[in-house]
Parts: sequence; structure tokens; C-alpha cells
Amino acid sequence: MSLTQIKVGGFGGQGVILTGTILGKAGAIFDKKYAAMSRSYGPEARGGACSAQILVSDEPITYPYVIQPDYLVALSQEACERYAIDLAEGGAVLYEKELVNPSAAPKTARLLGIPCTRIAEELGSRVVLNMVMLGFFAQVCPAISADAIKEAIRITVPRKTIDVNILAFDHGYQFTNAQ
Amino acid sequence: MDGDSACCEGALAGGCRFVAGYPITPSTEVVELMARRLPKIGGLFIQMEDEIASSIAISGAAWAGAKTMTVTSGPGFSLMMEHIGYAVMTETPCVFVNVQRGGPSTGLPTLPGQQDMMQVRWGSHGDYEVIALAPNSPQECFDLTIQCFNFAEKYRLPVFLMMDECVGHMMEKVVIPPADEIELEPRRYTSQKPGEYYPYNDLENLVPKMIKAGDGYNVHITGLTHDHRGYPAMNAAAQQKLVERLVKKIRDAANDIIMVESDELDDADVIVVSYGISSRVASRAVRLARERGHKIGNLRLITVWPFPESLIEELSQRIKAFVVVEMNMGQIVREVQRCAGSRALTVGVLNAGGAVHKPEEILERILGVLS
Repeated sequence: MSLTQIKVGGFGGQGVILTGTILGKAGAIFDKKYAAMSRSYGPEARGGACSAQILVSDEPITYPYVIQPDYLVALSQEACERYAIDLAEGGAVLYEKELVNPSAAPKTARLLGIPCTRIAEELGSRVVLNMVMLGFFAQVCPAISADAIKEAIRITVPRKTIDVNILAFDHGYQFTNAQ
Repeated sequence: MDGDSACCEGALAGGCRFVAGYPITPSTEVVELMARRLPKIGGLFIQMEDEIASSIAISGAAWAGAKTMTVTSGPGFSLMMEHIGYAVMTETPCVFVNVQRGGPSTGLPTLPGQQDMMQVRWGSHGDYEVIALAPNSPQECFDLTIQCFNFAEKYRLPVFLMMDECVGHMMEKVVIPPADEIELEPRRYTSQKPGEYYPYNDLENLVPKMIKAGDGYNVHITGLTHDHRGYPAMNAAAQQKLVERLVKKIRDAANDIIMVESDELDDADVIVVSYGISSRVASRAVRLARERGHKIGNLRLITVWPFPESLIEELSQRIKAFVVVEMNMGQIVREVQRCAGSRALTVGVLNAGGAVHKPEEILERILGVLS
């Protein structure tokens, strides 16, 4: 059974849950696998810690929670410190390079940084930082196809913003300077 | 989609066209979606001033002919208790959804609990039976919401979908079948004519046939103990006759209402019993225990009320122990214990809500009763 476990963590307002939603839709609807996504968040709308956990599998998913993430997407320092310790052997940490120091990650982890907020700002819309990260994720993770993620973005974001979201995704997908 | 959205879609597919509610985390998504979806298909959503009003508005709309529902979480559910009893007493078909969060009181708005399982059974005063179903996935939030509406029509009572925050906010694929493949229980109207019809006289399997306000029937609907005409009859004989029927119509139909999912019960030494999101955690523990070579059965209650008494009784005769997993300090475990008696050991893996169990905690308990 091929099970991929993904954790996304950051602050409310960074698009953490949306990132998880899109990954789940990509896996479940467009790659035709099974996926489950759970979220956790506090009572505040913005600024509190929030996280999403996504499982993608070729078989039906019984236990719907991440035990050891194969991929950790860290948009805040707190999320990185909190979740990196559980990372699977040889797992990858994809982190917002200008906000996160990934020193909490285990030695075997692949550390992949991207300044996704700055890239998004350069595209004229800071809120698409999560789309940049999704593009970067698609580069790294073979379990969910880039095409599926793009399709999932198209059916999820507001229609008027599809272009800028896809553009942001492409910038992340083509980002080459990961350390 | 998430479980909350799936519940909304299930209600619409189940024929619901009137929802009154007051938003409360973690059930808010259901009413938000209802407010958007209902007006487009000829239905009505009303945001009421509170949960007390919501819970009586749905009874009113039911008598006007609609299939109706309200949605809430713990604190709102507490406010609805009076009108749950009213719906039981007046035999009003309606659906209550409780997306459970940690309590008591305001508790944990964004975190899960399964602490309202006894409240749903006994929360309103008086003697009665209810039907309560516990979904463990967004797909079941869809399917079982339809089932709730069908049971409500068939048995004329409030039916409860007991979700929890995890199931409500979890996203998974949900398959919505074409409308013509969904079986719906129509409202059972009387064939008697105005003048010859009495509201509680025309019975089928102890369930009276209904009328709709405005169709020319002379009806009286009251929460007071009433006779076959619906008029108050406050004496012991009328009370006995009415309450006995309210209880019996559900107890007699238990086999039709009780749904469970089971796996490897036949040669089990220990059976893990769970419901709702806890069942998905329990099933991982069961797998871990089986990998160690133990004979562990898995029993998931889809219908929690009426409780599957005879099944637990029967199983208790041939196993060593039941391990009951729930996010409360011990509610359904007591039911299992009651039915198992001294024939099998019953232990709970309990917590106060806020998070699902760790599979290892459950495994430890299973291994503990085996040793």
C-alpha cells in the first residue's frame, strides 16, 4: 500500500487549510486515488496556529491522521518546530525560507527552502504565497501530479483569481534555487 | 467536501426544504451552505434568534408539510431539549444534527467530543425513545442524513445525526448518486377525509398518519398528554396509552433501525466497540493487535440509539471482553456493560474530548485485557 502523509502548518491567513484542501482534491478527484484531509485551528480567524494533514493512498484510508509525515510544509517557525520531529526517515521539509529556520528537522530530512511570500509579492499578490508553495511541492512530491494540483486549484479558488493563482503555482513549480 | 457540507447535501437529497438554525462552531458550515442552497431550490432557510426558536420552528414547518432540520453543537443542543420532547410527544418528523464539540458548557468550540450521546437519549424530560446515528466519514454524513429523514418520516419522531468536529471538518471524496437512485421515504398522509380523521387514530405499525396544515382537516396538536383526537386528556390511562405507544413504536422496530458494521467477530476473544470518528482510530488499533496475532473483532455502531442490546448480549456469551472507545468519560461503555452483564468484561478507553485517541492507547488496553 502506498500511503503518503503530508502535514502543512503555519498561521491563520497564510492559506494553510486551502493548501491542504487543494492537495486532497488533487489526489482524490483528479489523480483518482483516496485522500483524507483534516484541519486544526484555533477560534481566531487570522494569526493563530493552524495546520492541515493530508493522506493520499491507492487504497481506502481507514485511519485518517498523519502519524509520520513524509512531507512537512512549514510556513511558520512554530509549525516547523512542532511537526518536524515526527518526520519520517528521509522525509522532506518544504519551508518558507525567509520565515523559517529548519534546524529542528531530523538529520536525515531533505531541507527545501523557498521564499514563497516574496515570490508572491513580486507577482503582485501576497495571498498566493500558498500557491507558490504548492508549485514547489509538486516539484518535489511524486505522489500527487502537478496537473492534478493545477486542476484542483482551478475548481477551488474564486474564478477571477484563477490566473494569478496558476501563475504563482508555475513560479513555485519552476523554482530552481532550493537549497 | 467536508462532513458538514456532505450533511447539507444529504439533507437536500433527503428532501429537506426548511432549515432553521443558529450558527455555532463546528456546525456553522452546514447552515452557511443551507442559506446559500435552499432558496435556489424552492426551500427556506431562517436564521433564528437562538436555538430554542430554531428547534420549534422546524416542528411548525413539518406540520406545514416540509421535511425539516436544524443543526447545532453542544451549547445549542442543550437549549433545544424542550422542543425535542415536544417533537417526540406530537410525533413530528424532523431531523436534528449535532456536530459534537468538547463540553460541558462552551467547552472546546473547535475541538471534537462525543459527550452528548446520553444527552441525546435522555436530555428532554419524560419517557421516550429516539433514533440517533453516528457517521464516521463525510460520505456517511451524506448517506446517513438521508437515512435520518427517512426514519423521521417512517416513525414520526425527531431523528438525530450525531456527528463530531472531526467528521464535520474532515474532507474526503463524497459520491452523490443521481437523484433517482436515492430512496426516499415519503410523508405518510392519511387517506381519511376531513371530518372522519383524527390525528392519532389512523395508525400503521403504531405510527399515526399525518395531515398537512391548510388541507381542511380539523387538528389539534399539543405537548400535553392527548387522546386520539389530539385533545388534552390528562389522566393516567391516556398517559399510559400514549407514552407506551411512543416507546413501543421504536422498540418494536429496533431491527429495522439498528445498523452496525462488524469485522471478524466470529472467533474473536476481544471485541472493540466504537462509533463516529473514534471507530476509524479504533480500527487502526484493531489492525495493530491482529498483526501481533490476537483475535480481535471490530464492531462499529452506526445506529447508537436504539442501542443494539441483543447483539451485545449475544456476543458477550462467547468473548472475553469488550473494549469501548469513545471521546467522553464513559457513556456508551455503560450501555455495553449493562448488556454484557458479568458474562464478559467491559472496559472503556475514554478521554474528555478535545482530540481523538492515539491508536496505541487503545492497543495497550486491548493487550491489557488479553493478558
